[in-house]
Amino acid sequence: MANEVILLDFWPSMFGMRTRIALREKGVEFEYREEDLRNKSPLLLQMNPIHKKIPVLIHNGKPVCESSIQVQYIDEVWSHKNPILPSDPYQRAQARFWVDFIDKKMYDAQRKVWATKGEEQEASKKEFIELLKTLESELGDKPYFGGDDFGYVDIGLIGFYTWFGAYEKFGNFSIESECPKLIGWAKRCLQRESVAKSLPESEKVTEFVSELRKKFVVE
Amino acid sequence: MAEEVILLDYWPSMFGMRTKMALAEKGVTYEYKETDPWVKTPLLIEMNPIHKKIPVLIHKGKPICESLIQLEYIDEVWSDSYPMLPSDPYQKAQARFWGDFIDKKFYDPSWKVWGTKGEEQVAAKKELLEHFKTLETELGDKPYYGGEVFGYVDIALMGYYSWFIAMEKFGDFSIETEFPVLTQWTKRCLARESVVKALADPDKIIEYANILRKKFGAE
Repeated sequence: MANEVILLDFWPSMFGMRTRIALREKGVEFEYREEDLRNKSPLLLQMNPIHKKIPVLIHNGKPVCESSIQVQYIDEVWSHKNPILPSDPYQRAQARFWVDFIDKKMYDAQRKVWATKGEEQEASKKEFIELLKTLESELGDKPYFGGDDFGYVDIGLIGFYTWFGAYEKFGNFSIESECPKLIGWAKRCLQRESVAKSLPESEKVTEFVSELRKKFVVE
Repeated sequence: MAEEVILLDYWPSMFGMRTKMALAEKGVTYEYKETDPWVKTPLLIEMNPIHKKIPVLIHKGKPICESLIQLEYIDEVWSDSYPMLPSDPYQKAQARFWGDFIDKKFYDPSWKVWGTKGEEQVAAKKELLEHFKTLETELGDKPYYGGEVFGYVDIALMGYYSWFIAMEKFGDFSIETEFPVLTQWTKRCLARESVVKALADPDKIIEYANILRKKFGAE
């Protein structure tokens, strides 16, 4: 029976980007389906009844929800090449810790950078830069978060890079001057075909965020 | 050389209870160090600099943070007995999904129902009951969440069991009345020594909840 893989996704989603990258790392053919989040498809609602969110990975008709869970699933099913998680249990626990950190902290923090203004925005910027610095510190001098090889944490974070232009524009600051090593890391990741093919253009994301910001902020 | 396992934990923590259950299931001997998370001791800060929270599992001097990550680590290191996660990648993804659901969705209302008042508390109760219903539906006819065998999701949810009494008392509802199937499942889990030994004295939990309620202004 053929391996049928469908990804329900939304093009600017930093979470969907993780799953796209993982699938491409493994050379898995998949059907990408764009969801309109204001008008969710019956398939999305059927496949993710609990959260009704994207991305949803559908493998041979069965859904896997939550991007970090999808990436681990992809690593386990297509285990023949490009391992995403380390094989050592302690290294795996560390990788899971950092993606959990990104999930717990990054999303809310970055949202406040572009969705607010004034004092609230200043405070949010400060918090966000602290987070990036923590991540940069964890990266250290390594080429990738896992060491010499591109892996789980890199996949977990790189999607946010496409949103950096938006943060910088609306937050009025330069991420490169605050975290040069992190930018160096991002550019290194973008040299990978799986990443380059899975990430939208930064300008398009900034345009998208610009529209979204109007809903939250009266300039 | 003997394996050295230390658990930094706090007696009422539903998260620490999970890790205690998992260690007991695997027959791992460990040193328990009572650690009040409101007091940031040097050891806690050293072992969990990012979140400064318990539980922290320390294995051969190296820390593993976040209870669900600890569960996976314990399962992978002590892999010769009582597998906690299924071996099939799809079943594993489902188990991870439900662990994630419990922490993402169930956690907040589970404490707000006893830790807040007024409208916030009413909303928390409503949400909590919905999540209990979802969890009961997911269990279905199965003896345990994973099927025939007690495992990861059972541990993830039973960690909260000591606090059910506080949810019921301050939320003014009965889990047994509202969720009889789930109640049967709790009784099944309570037949396990690993579970019983990990749980806290219900009277002490109520006493502690009362202290926190005053602290949070819910009284």
